[in-house]
Amino acid sequence: MPVKADKVLLKGGRILDPAIQMDDVTDILVVDGTIQHIGSSGDASFDGLQIDCQRKLIVPGLMDMHVHLREPGKEDAETIASGCAAAMAGGFTAVCCMPNTNPVIDDRSHVEFIKERSEGFLVDVHPFGAVTKGQQGEELTEMGDMIEAGAVGFSDDGYPVRNAAILRRALEYAKMFGHPVIDHCEDLSLSEGGVMNEGFVSTVLGMRGIPSISEDVHVARDILVAEYTGGPLHIAHVSTQGSVRLIREAKTRGVKISAETCPHYLVMIDEAVRSFDTNTKMKPPLRTEEDRQALLEGLKDGTIDVIASDHAPHTIEYKQTEYDAAAFGILGLETALGLLMTHIVGKDVLNIGQLIEKVAIHPRHILNLPENRIEQGRQANLSIIDPELSWTVDKRKNVSKSKNTPFDGWELKGRGVGVLNNGQIYLLP
Amino acid sequence: MQLKSRHLLGLEGVTKKEIDHILDTAVSFKKVLERPIPKVPTLRGMTVVNLFFEASTRTRFSFELAEKRLSADSVNFSASTSSVLKGETLRDTVRNIEAMRIDFVVMRHSAAGAPHFVAECVDAAVINAGDGAHEHPTQALLDMMTLREKVGRLQGLHVVIVGDICHSRVARSNIHGLKTMGATVGLCGPETLLPREVEKMEVTVYPHIEDALAEADVLNILRIQLERQKGGLFPSLREYRALFGITRERLDRVGRSITIMHPGPMNRGVEIDSDVADGEYSVILDQVTNGVAVRMAVLYLLAGGRTKVEGADDE
Amino acid sequence: MKMKAELMDEQGIIRTLQRLTHEILERNRGIQDLVIVGIRNRGDVLAGRINNTIRDIEGETVSLGVLDITLYRDDFQRVTESPVVQQTDIPFDVTDKKVILVDDVLYTGRTIRAALDAIMDQGRPAMIQLAVLVDRGHRELPIKADYVGKNVPTAPGEEIQVKLKEVDGEDKVLLLVP
Repeated sequence: MPVKADKVLLKGGRILDPAIQMDDVTDILVVDGTIQHIGSSGDASFDGLQIDCQRKLIVPGLMDMHVHLREPGKEDAETIASGCAAAMAGGFTAVCCMPNTNPVIDDRSHVEFIKERSEGFLVDVHPFGAVTKGQQGEELTEMGDMIEAGAVGFSDDGYPVRNAAILRRALEYAKMFGHPVIDHCEDLSLSEGGVMNEGFVSTVLGMRGIPSISEDVHVARDILVAEYTGGPLHIAHVSTQGSVRLIREAKTRGVKISAETCPHYLVMIDEAVRSFDTNTKMKPPLRTEEDRQALLEGLKDGTIDVIASDHAPHTIEYKQTEYDAAAFGILGLETALGLLMTHIVGKDVLNIGQLIEKVAIHPRHILNLPENRIEQGRQANLSIIDPELSWTVDKRKNVSKSKNTPFDGWELKGRGVGVLNNGQIYLLP
Repeated sequence: MQLKSRHLLGLEGVTKKEIDHILDTAVSFKKVLERPIPKVPTLRGMTVVNLFFEASTRTRFSFELAEKRLSADSVNFSASTSSVLKGETLRDTVRNIEAMRIDFVVMRHSAAGAPHFVAECVDAAVINAGDGAHEHPTQALLDMMTLREKVGRLQGLHVVIVGDICHSRVARSNIHGLKTMGATVGLCGPETLLPREVEKMEVTVYPHIEDALAEADVLNILRIQLERQKGGLFPSLREYRALFGITRERLDRVGRSITIMHPGPMNRGVEIDSDVADGEYSVILDQVTNGVAVRMAVLYLLAGGRTKVEGADDE
Repeated sequence: MKMKAELMDEQGIIRTLQRLTHEILERNRGIQDLVIVGIRNRGDVLAGRINNTIRDIEGETVSLGVLDITLYRDDFQRVTESPVVQQTDIPFDVTDKKVILVDDVLYTGRTIRAALDAIMDQGRPAMIQLAVLVDRGHRELPIKADYVGKNVPTAPGEEIQVKLKEVDGEDKVLLLVP
């Protein structure tokens, strides 16, 4: 549980903020939620909460910009409160939640509901509003109204924006507000009936496949519409080499788009499905090794701007079943940082500073949110990471209400051990 | 000799030694079936539940017969998979089974991996009678038993499977089993019905039936389903027959005998003509007979050691 | 297990089988409707030898069958793996025949019980008689041999080992102790 903290002294941590080229081992004093002083505090005794941050990293608060909080409608799987608790346990100070709840977040009152339910939390919840009413793909939502209520972007995630004309209008309209349209790129006619990546593994298993072209075809279309309109497009959960190539070429041409991928696409491939573990089932699906390598390349050369978890909780009835019938989606908040620290940082993909950009700095930039800097006088919004902590994922100890993670039992090195925001502090027990 | 797994979920990973043992045991059971009283008391007191979520007359009939010939008690459960929460049905069904003392689950389901899911939830031995397009191990075993019996060997034999490979669990199990036993496998069918990257399964893919016939020792002809045509995967049954149908004329042009197999039920006049199905090189009816024997062998081999008694003598 | 005594040597086995064959022919007044079924894995060998002796005496052999009783065992629930099933080969009808069942050692009687069930599933014999090379006592079922080569009282931990040329390379009957 987070606690209110009037005076916090973080002692001896490595303060890393790539946005201002800061990389220093020193102390931070936070008073009433504001960074009062960055620098040595001396050895004098301190009358507030003192935290030994030796050998730990202190970075701008991490933001997971693709999360499903399930409230309203599926509170048995997750609530806004439990999702935020999971976020804190994962080292995040902010999440963006997708609107595919029940009812869909497609107007002001629903956005306000989310904001009210998360009021006073340590974790900032930034809602996405739906692109179309009810996510039906037919009528645009009142984007301006939702932004005023606190929405920071628009998505019909769960579904693609099927109709290109609707996407065009949405991008043109969103251009006025500077908040992006986030598209779940999937051509439903090509992916129909599929439960895993279409390839050699699906051939051996006899399972219906989701071909990579179902994503590529839609990404190509979206890029052209974004280019034509100049509207702010963000491509959600990129999973294929084809998508990476298209996005790279588009960016080289000067098209204004951004893209994200998820930790699971970086550490798992479709071979994992051979176990029939339904926690390997998500959309888009786990792809091939070539795709995985292309994603890593895309992170390295900046084609992919953001890593987000696509945290998708499900109760056991939806997962403890035969593969075909299982729901798509896995958890992500509590394992994202650990997976990235273990398998991406120091593995010739990204250094720690570049990782922080992908999970703390770029998301805010893309969403047109105020910058979060570790600077004297600024609001304290910080994540504390222990890069040396070895830990084993144990789903029984999940903070999330759900258990659908494929990473149970994985041994990771590196973990978020605390977060500070909104005048509160949470430390991993 | 014991099989390595306490279930039979597929032939992928089953060794040559295990397959030989199953087929040898099946030969003994075939003799039992030829007797005036074609029954043995071996599995008396054991209970088998036939859990068929997909409609099937022949396979279930074959299993039921095998179970009764072994004097086991056989219970049938047919469920439609049209219920909205399919997962709920399977999970709840499995729980009910656990509550009763069941020794075997023989299961057919439209989802790949369904028997694997059940095997993790129950104490019983699970036999996969077909899971989606994934595997149908007893079918491949009876196919191999038939070939061993009628052709005399499996090693070095070239078996071509013709038809809708994409949706065929019979094809997949046969590919695994035949390769393990030293045979080579070819596939032939419309491009739209060949699964992606299937050459990586170390099989020869023939675009045209004539090329396949030129090299085949055995043809395993799969049933072409009407639903595939409706799904737009090929234009008509007529066109399928014209391009891939096994007719007397096509076989005569090859100039040597090719053994003809079909898992049934047949679409006479579509994938196979009647004079081929009933012809002298057809072993289709032997497949059916051997099906009961193979299933008896599998039940028998998975039954051993199911009830372990303290201090019991081994032999 | 180690050998305590050699109960029969090669000549001893030959003479015993001769005597058993004569007894069988005497009791059944010749070979009319007589058939022989040997129980694997040595009863079948002995049955074959008896049949050859019948030929020497009567001028012709009788129908010979081989029985594998694995599928009729009563201890199937107790073993740790499925025992190997071997071929049963009785290529004639047993109905209305006098069946001479042959086994090497008679002990608890369970093997014979299984063999009786197996033969009954083949048809309806007029009569079944039992011939064994050695009877070592300790019956657990009410089974009696009609023709016995040798009665050998044994203790429960001991073992009678019958070796036959066709299977083991030599002819001997040994008493083994732990």
